[in-house]
Amino acid sequence: MLLITCPNCGVAAEETELHAGGEAHITRFGPEASENDFEDYLFRRENPRGVHFERWRHANGCGKWFHAARCTATLEVFGTYSAQTTEPPREILETIRAKRPAWTWRDLK
Amino acid sequence: MRRYSAFAIAREVLRHHQGWERAWAKPEPRKQYDVIIVGAGGHGLATAYYLGKNHGITNVAVLEKGWLGGGNTGRNTTIIRSNYLQDPSAAIYEKARSLYETLSQDLNMNVMFSPRGVMMLAQTEHEVRGYVRTAHANALQGVQTEFIGPERVKELCPIIRIDGPRYPVLGALWQARGGTARHDAVAWGYARACSDMGMHIIQKCEVTGIRTEGGNVTGVETTRGPIGCSKLGLVAAGHSGVLAQMAGFRLPLESVALQALVSEPIKPCMDVVVMANTVHGYMSQSDKGEMVIGGGTDGFNNYTQRGSFHHIEETVRALVETFPMIARLKMLRQWGGIVDVTGDRSPIISPTPVGGLFVNCGWGTGGFKAIPGGGWATAEMIAKGAPGPLAAEFGLNRFREGRFIDESVAAGVAH
Repeated sequence: MLLITCPNCGVAAEETELHAGGEAHITRFGPEASENDFEDYLFRRENPRGVHFERWRHANGCGKWFHAARCTATLEVFGTYSAQTTEPPREILETIRAKRPAWTWRDLK
Repeated sequence: MRRYSAFAIAREVLRHHQGWERAWAKPEPRKQYDVIIVGAGGHGLATAYYLGKNHGITNVAVLEKGWLGGGNTGRNTTIIRSNYLQDPSAAIYEKARSLYETLSQDLNMNVMFSPRGVMMLAQTEHEVRGYVRTAHANALQGVQTEFIGPERVKELCPIIRIDGPRYPVLGALWQARGGTARHDAVAWGYARACSDMGMHIIQKCEVTGIRTEGGNVTGVETTRGPIGCSKLGLVAAGHSGVLAQMAGFRLPLESVALQALVSEPIKPCMDVVVMANTVHGYMSQSDKGEMVIGGGTDGFNNYTQRGSFHHIEETVRALVETFPMIARLKMLRQWGGIVDVTGDRSPIISPTPVGGLFVNCGWGTGGFKAIPGGGWATAEMIAKGAPGPLAAEFGLNRFREGRFIDESVAAGVAH
């Protein structure tokens, strides 16, 4: 069973307390967006076998959304952080890169 | 290929079973093939088989990173049905179901197709309306289903409790010619027939890269060296996204774990397949007597082929409520598979942005029932370079164009 620490309330929550919300940091495009951008936003997913950034909600706890970096092949959780960000914080990226040197994610530098 | 028959069994009994030959060859990969299929599961092998049988293309290799039929083909709960709502789905699933009827004769391998009947219970007023609508749609599509009342449900499956306290059974969508088949035998049968046509089935050969030149596919990198091809079919279910990434595009898929379990074997007690979508579980009895049970998927992306235990608890709870007599059964085995789920719960059989590269994926939680039809449609697409009538509606372009084939009702429970 997954254990993920909610950054909002600090509780190490069990999977049954949490609701998975899919890929994080998906950019919503505005009214002038191309069909390709909009299709990307709505449907195309990174779906990696490896480190994934995801949205989670502490549904049976504090009720708030947060983001997590988790490996889909080993279920290792690299850290959680606030949902009020457009990209993962530096320390999470450093933790991931220390363990997975060859790792890349979309166009993240 | 020596054919299997009653006579062959008699002959081998007299020879102490020394004369059986390998079901499929174990060849070394060649440098170049006309078509490479990635994934030796049901859909991949069926694609190869119909490429040879229907289109005369036999210079084909099927590459498999693990063992043949060891992915979702060997992990599903073997249910076969075609009672879908939308026309394109009914067409391809009914094609598959009708091919299953004669598959044993076609492949000369007993796939143990058992059209014992599938019922999907209606336990809320919404479900009743949904299934009555599906039964009408099926009548127009030429798929034989009917909506039956609770008394008939009890008659067909006496171990169901139809007056449960939470969700009494209000009726069911009944497909009398649905049923089950032996999943391993389906993969083995196709593999044997493909090998007999001279195709190469190469196991323990993982694709690590996809070679392209000027936007067209030229081959694959594998753990057994590079192999060239003029056309490439990716038929890798849960790992389709990983392969698409190698080719430089993304698919509208999420890979999640789906679990199944079986009980200890007991005497025959139900001769139909029952799906209870409201309480979320489904069950049938295997020929060995085990109760074969499945339920819902996990909510998060997962490639581990293991699921979360609380889903088993939910599934078992749902089925004990529906079938009180199973409450004291012991469970024998539990396992998980990685399923690739699309937004509209319909598959993708499509050309891709890379020339000569085709995908068959997105079957989500219900690909086994579609193996012959999916293989038939994918083979036609690869042979002709463009999707035929069965596959036309299942293109990747449907997401951009908003032409969804919404089967969230038909696939209401993972199956």
